[in-house]
Amino acid sequence: MSSVTLNNIVKRFGSFTAVHRTDLEIPEGAFLTLLGPSGCGKTTNLRMIAGLLDPTEGEILIGGRRVNDVPIHKRNLGIVFQNYALFPHKTVAENIAFGLKYRDVPSGDIPGKVQAALDLVQLPDVGHRYPKELSGGQQQRIALARAIVIEPDVLLLDEPLSALDANLREDMRVELKRIQDQIGVTTVFVTHDQSEALAMSDQIVVMSAGRIEQVGAPQEVYNNPASEFVANFLGASNVFPAECLEAGPSGAVLQTALFGKVPLPVEKSMRVAGAGPAKLVLRAEKLQVMKAGATPEGMITAPATVETVDYQGQTVRYFVRVGDTQLQAINMIDGYPFSKGSAVTVAFRPRDGSALAGR
Amino acid sequence: MSVEAREKRQPWILLSPALTAITLLLFIPLLFILVYSFWLRTATGADEVGFYLDNWREALTDAFYRDILLHTLKVAAITTVVCAVLGYPAAYFIARSKGNKPVLLLLLMLPFWISYIIRTMSWINILGVSGALNTFLLWVGIINEPMQMLYNEATVILGLVHFLLPFMVLNVFVSLDGIDETLEDAANSLGATRWQSFLQVTLPLSLPGLAAGGLLCFVLGAGTYITPLVLGGTSDAMFANLVFEAIITQLNWPLGSALSLMLLAVLGALVMIYNRYLGMAQLMKGLG
Repeated sequence: MSSVTLNNIVKRFGSFTAVHRTDLEIPEGAFLTLLGPSGCGKTTNLRMIAGLLDPTEGEILIGGRRVNDVPIHKRNLGIVFQNYALFPHKTVAENIAFGLKYRDVPSGDIPGKVQAALDLVQLPDVGHRYPKELSGGQQQRIALARAIVIEPDVLLLDEPLSALDANLREDMRVELKRIQDQIGVTTVFVTHDQSEALAMSDQIVVMSAGRIEQVGAPQEVYNNPASEFVANFLGASNVFPAECLEAGPSGAVLQTALFGKVPLPVEKSMRVAGAGPAKLVLRAEKLQVMKAGATPEGMITAPATVETVDYQGQTVRYFVRVGDTQLQAINMIDGYPFSKGSAVTVAFRPRDGSALAGR
Repeated sequence: MSVEAREKRQPWILLSPALTAITLLLFIPLLFILVYSFWLRTATGADEVGFYLDNWREALTDAFYRDILLHTLKVAAITTVVCAVLGYPAAYFIARSKGNKPVLLLLLMLPFWISYIIRTMSWINILGVSGALNTFLLWVGIINEPMQMLYNEATVILGLVHFLLPFMVLNVFVSLDGIDETLEDAANSLGATRWQSFLQVTLPLSLPGLAAGGLLCFVLGAGTYITPLVLGGTSDAMFANLVFEAIITQLNWPLGSALSLMLLAVLGALVMIYNRYLGMAQLMKGLG
C-alpha cells in the first residue's frame, strides 16, 4: 500500500496536449476517482501511473519513490482493464496465479493464495474454468482477483464497470467498494459515470480537457462545484448570471434577475471574493415546483410555466420557464406531476444555491 | 413457403454456383484420374482399359518413388520451418505497427502481382554464373572464379521460401492482429517482462495462425514442380516432377494418375490431421 504523487505532469501526443500541467496527491489507502468525459485525460493519467505511457514532463512517485524510469513489470501495481484482459488460453486459476509466478511466492503457496482471491471475489468454484465460460460480471471479478492477489502497492481500475449492464454495474460497484475496504489498498478508479464516482470514492478528481477542474470529497464536489463544468457534469444544474453585492465572513448576497436577492451561507460562497460579477448554481433537484401562488417558509420563489414534463416514475424532471430563462427541476412525485403548460411557482432554499465567480 | 423453409434453402442456393464449379472442375476430373490409374499403358503406347493394379503396385513398392516422396516431404518441412522463423517476426512487426499497417500489407501482397515462374527465374539472374552476385564478388575481388550456387537443394528451398513466405506472414499476421494488445499490458503489469509476456501470452495465442501458415506452406511446397525444375539440379526432383514426367514426357497417363493420387493422399492426410486438431476455420481466416 502506497501513496501516489503526480508532480507537474504534462503529457503531449505530438502537438496535442492530453494532460496539462497536473499536480495530484493520492493518500495511502484512499479510493480516488478520476472523473470526466471521454478525452479529458483521465485514462492518460492512469496509464502514466501504470507505466503504460511515459509522461512528457514531471515526475510520478509511488510510495515516495520516483517511478518514471521503473518499467511496468517492476512497479507492483494491480490493473483492471476495461475489457478485463483475461488470458483466454489459461484457466481462471492460471490467470490469477500468473502474477504470483513472477514474485517470490513459494510454488506450494500459490494454490492457497489463488483460492483466497477467488473467495474474496465470491467465486470460489470457478478456478478450473476458462474465462469465456464465465459471464461478464464474473470475468470482471476474476480480473479484480488477478490484480489484487499480487498484493499491489496501488490498484488501478480503468472503467472496469462500463462493459456491464446497469443492474450488474450497481452490484459490482458495492462489491468493489467492499473489497477495497477489506484490503485497504490505495485505489485509482477511472470513470465517466458520475454516480459510480459519487458512490465509491473518498476523493473525486473532476477533469475536463486535460485539466483538473476540482478535487474533493463526493459531497463537496456535488454540493459546491468549483466550476460550471463540474456543476453540469455531476448531475443537472441550473447556472445563471448574478451580481455579487457583498461577500464576507457571514456569507454573500447575490442579486439575480430571476429570483431577486439570494443570500448564501459562507461555505457556499467561498468562490466569490467580493462584490462583482458572479454565477448562481442551483441543482435541479433543489428547485421545487409548487402550486401557483405558494409561499413556502424560508424559500425564495418565482412564478413559472411548465414547458416539458419528463416522467420517470419515482421522480419527474420539469423544464420550466421563469421569465426568459428555462430551468430544470427534478422533484419527487407526490400524487401526480404538474401537466405541461400549467402555471406554477418554483422555489428553493437559499442555502442550496452556491456561487461561482466571474461571468 | 415458410420463412424457416426459405432460410434452410438459402445457403444451398447461394452455394450452388460454387458447388457446380467444384464438381465439374475438380471432383469429376479427379474421378477420371482415379479411373485412369487402373488402366494400363502397353508397349505400343496405347492405354488398355481395364482394372489393373500394376500402376499402384509400382508406385507403392518401388523405392525410387518412396525416396523422392520422402525427399519432397523433407524439402517442404525445411521450407515451412524457414518460413515460420522468417515470417513470424515480420508478421509481428506488421501487426504491431500502428499507422502504416495497410501499406505494409500491400507491400506483402506485391510479389503476387508478378508471376510465380518469373519470380523463380529471377534467382538465375541473381545467383547464376554470370548473375548479379557472382559479378559483384568478382568485381570486388573476393573470388577469382564465378561460384556455382544454383541447381541444388538449397536453391530449391530458397525459391520455395521466396514463393511461400507471404502466405506464412499473412496467416500469422491475421492471428496476431486478433490478439488484444491489452493482454500484453496485463501480463506486464503482473510482473512479466516483455519477452516473458510474449512467450506466455502472445505466442500461445498466435499458434493457430502459425499452424495454418505452416500447413499452407507445407502443402504448397510439397506440391510444387516449377521450383525444382527451374532452380534444382538433376537429383532435386520432387514428387510433382515425377507426375509431370510420367504424364507430359512419357505420356504414361495411368502411372501419372496413380502417382498424383498418392501425393494427394499424403497431403490430404496432413490436412485431415490439422483439421482434427486445429480446425479449418483458422486457415479460412488466414486466406480471407
